[in-house]
Amino acid sequence: MDFTPTETRQMLADSLRRYLAEQYPADHRNAVAYDAPYHDPANWAELVELGVLHALVPEEAGGFGGTGFDVTTVFETLGAALCPEPVLPALIAANLLASARQDVTPLMEGSRTYAAAWMEPEAPYALQDITMTASAKDGGYRLSGRKSLVYGGAAASHILVAARLNGTLALFEMQASDATLEAYGMIDGGGAAELLMDNTEARLLLADATTAWERALEAATLALCAEAVGAMQWAYDTTLDYLKQRKQFGVPIGTFQVLQHRTVDLLMEIEQARSITIKAASEFGGPETARYTSMAKHLIGRAARQVAEEAIQMHGGIAMTWEYPLSHYAKRLTMLDAQLGDTDEHLGRLIAGYAG
Amino acid sequence: MDLSYSPEEQAFQAEVRGFLATHLPEHISSAVRAGGELSKEIMEEWHALLNAKGWLATTWPTAFGGPGWSPVERHIFEEECCRAYAPRIVPFGVSMLGPVLQKFGSKTQQDHYLPRILDGTDWWCQGYSEPGAGSDLASLKTRAVRDGDHYVINGQKTWTTLGQHADWIFCLCRTDPEAKPQAGISFILVDLNTPGIEMRPIKLIEGGHEVNEVFFTDVRVPLSNLVGEENKGWTIAKYLLTHERTGIAGVGFSIQALEEVKALARKLRRGGRPLIEDPLFAARLARVEVDLEAMKITNLRMLFQAQKQGAPGPETSILKIKGTLINQELRDLARRALGPLAAPMGVATESNLLFGPPDTGNNAARYFNNRKTSIFGGSNEIQRNILTKTMLEL
Repeated sequence: MDFTPTETRQMLADSLRRYLAEQYPADHRNAVAYDAPYHDPANWAELVELGVLHALVPEEAGGFGGTGFDVTTVFETLGAALCPEPVLPALIAANLLASARQDVTPLMEGSRTYAAAWMEPEAPYALQDITMTASAKDGGYRLSGRKSLVYGGAAASHILVAARLNGTLALFEMQASDATLEAYGMIDGGGAAELLMDNTEARLLLADATTAWERALEAATLALCAEAVGAMQWAYDTTLDYLKQRKQFGVPIGTFQVLQHRTVDLLMEIEQARSITIKAASEFGGPETARYTSMAKHLIGRAARQVAEEAIQMHGGIAMTWEYPLSHYAKRLTMLDAQLGDTDEHLGRLIAGYAG
Repeated sequence: MDLSYSPEEQAFQAEVRGFLATHLPEHISSAVRAGGELSKEIMEEWHALLNAKGWLATTWPTAFGGPGWSPVERHIFEEECCRAYAPRIVPFGVSMLGPVLQKFGSKTQQDHYLPRILDGTDWWCQGYSEPGAGSDLASLKTRAVRDGDHYVINGQKTWTTLGQHADWIFCLCRTDPEAKPQAGISFILVDLNTPGIEMRPIKLIEGGHEVNEVFFTDVRVPLSNLVGEENKGWTIAKYLLTHERTGIAGVGFSIQALEEVKALARKLRRGGRPLIEDPLFAARLARVEVDLEAMKITNLRMLFQAQKQGAPGPETSILKIKGTLINQELRDLARRALGPLAAPMGVATESNLLFGPPDTGNNAARYFNNRKTSIFGGSNEIQRNILTKTMLEL
């Protein structure tokens, strides 16, 4: 039993943390996160240079990581800095490409940028809800219709698309320039796009891709959990500092027991969230990946909202301002619950396991 | 990061499992499974079996006749005991007084009392709380006044768990009423056969007899029964509260409770389907199962820290708060699963006949009895105060 990170992962986390502290302070983050292209291409290039994407890909696919703990190390650090760079779509795409035995090197080295398009307006969570169907034409395939919330879509050169082929969920690839992408910023920062296709040419990478999509989205779900742990810890530390500094009625507000006990509750929930994320990372890739990922995402959804709402409430008015960084962490913590299955969706998946 | 036990720890786990499989008598484990009060005979029988193996005083170093286990080994032992439905070791002698005597007692006291704890000659109970001193323990009023070579004790202790079985009580008494509350307290050992002591049962919410109140009227105790220095008892009390913190999360007991609730909810039917498939019940169950799964890891993380630092830190208060909340929620679900069938008081009910184990007719009683866990051992509010001071530094 050992809960210390390996030296390699510690070094990766340290260098990433240092880089983000120096090159991605809050004011810079807020300057790029809400306006097109919703991230900083120069920073992105430097993150790629740092090896962040290599850390998310296993050795057999040319990377130097790819285990559950590699994913959580990277994303916990990104979460603590509230980094809006499109690392999550890169993680999903890398997993999909590896499953389809495609070359991941251009993605890892940054010469190609991928986004993944699976969500539809009526298929936000479960893969079985996806209805888009590919049609065969001239020995190739064509896709029509809309994909929603393509994270990092505006910055992508290539899009990986989930669509049905003879009823089975398949994996297609298309050039971003062949389709219409309506890009927008998100309320918690970072960019996404609606992908509009009209008989758009697509290359089939994998005909039976259900497992590939499941695996890729499980990796991304684990990543979101770790991102939340990093962001929750930041919000907690910031709130605790504020409780010590802010004075009302002539005393620091941290002397009030009602705030003390609520802060202890946040501490406990964050430790529990950290624990379940560690558990999910250790089970990642094993036979119970889906179950433990759902446990983690369910608990994270509860904890992240509690931390976000309580951090705002205990700060008071200042946390309602755009200028105060905590407000942006609170938005991210709330909205990440709604990515890849919210707390109820994952509870539902766990409950389904009780039957029979 | 590695969540698995080392090969040595796995071998130890196998040894404990093997011992329990061969030495834990069936009549004892089924009494534990039934969930009611255990008789004194059963607890003594189990203590004797463990003592014969050298595994009774799990926290004691080898120099005092303990097994000298690490925090992780103790955790494995407790985990396996829960899995096998072994009785919880009665803590007052082995886990509480033993370590106190080893740290603060005289050589004479150690030589006399420690072997008698191990072989069961003396059953100890705890004299801390008073009617006016619960969470504010330092305000206790029971007086011990010197008179020649004796203390004369007057006052009242309460919530004395299993005092009805005890031969001795260790007491916190006020020896200097002029000093600050914490500074005038002494730790004194009292033979319950001394004239002037009366023990009365307190009937608990579910009807059980688990705790007592103890009245002291001019009770004469030799000065040699003082442990440590006079007026330094508060240091001992604090040591006792922070010393033995592994197992405080009660993870093993919550795992038992979870399995019981699941088994019950698979047997019981609502609307023609197993209760466990009822979405509202299943949601409650899944929610607490996730909390417990996280708790297992939080517990291991803190054990790992304790093993590295040599002692558990103040963050273990998290285990007490979260651990008791999880256990209480599970006991609520067991009661809730049975609905109105949980109401009949006593063991041999119709529901028992209908559903068999794990419904033993005790689920409502256990739910009510378990409300105690967030109150005793430093209430969850006191634990939050401790965390405020130590972790938040507010």
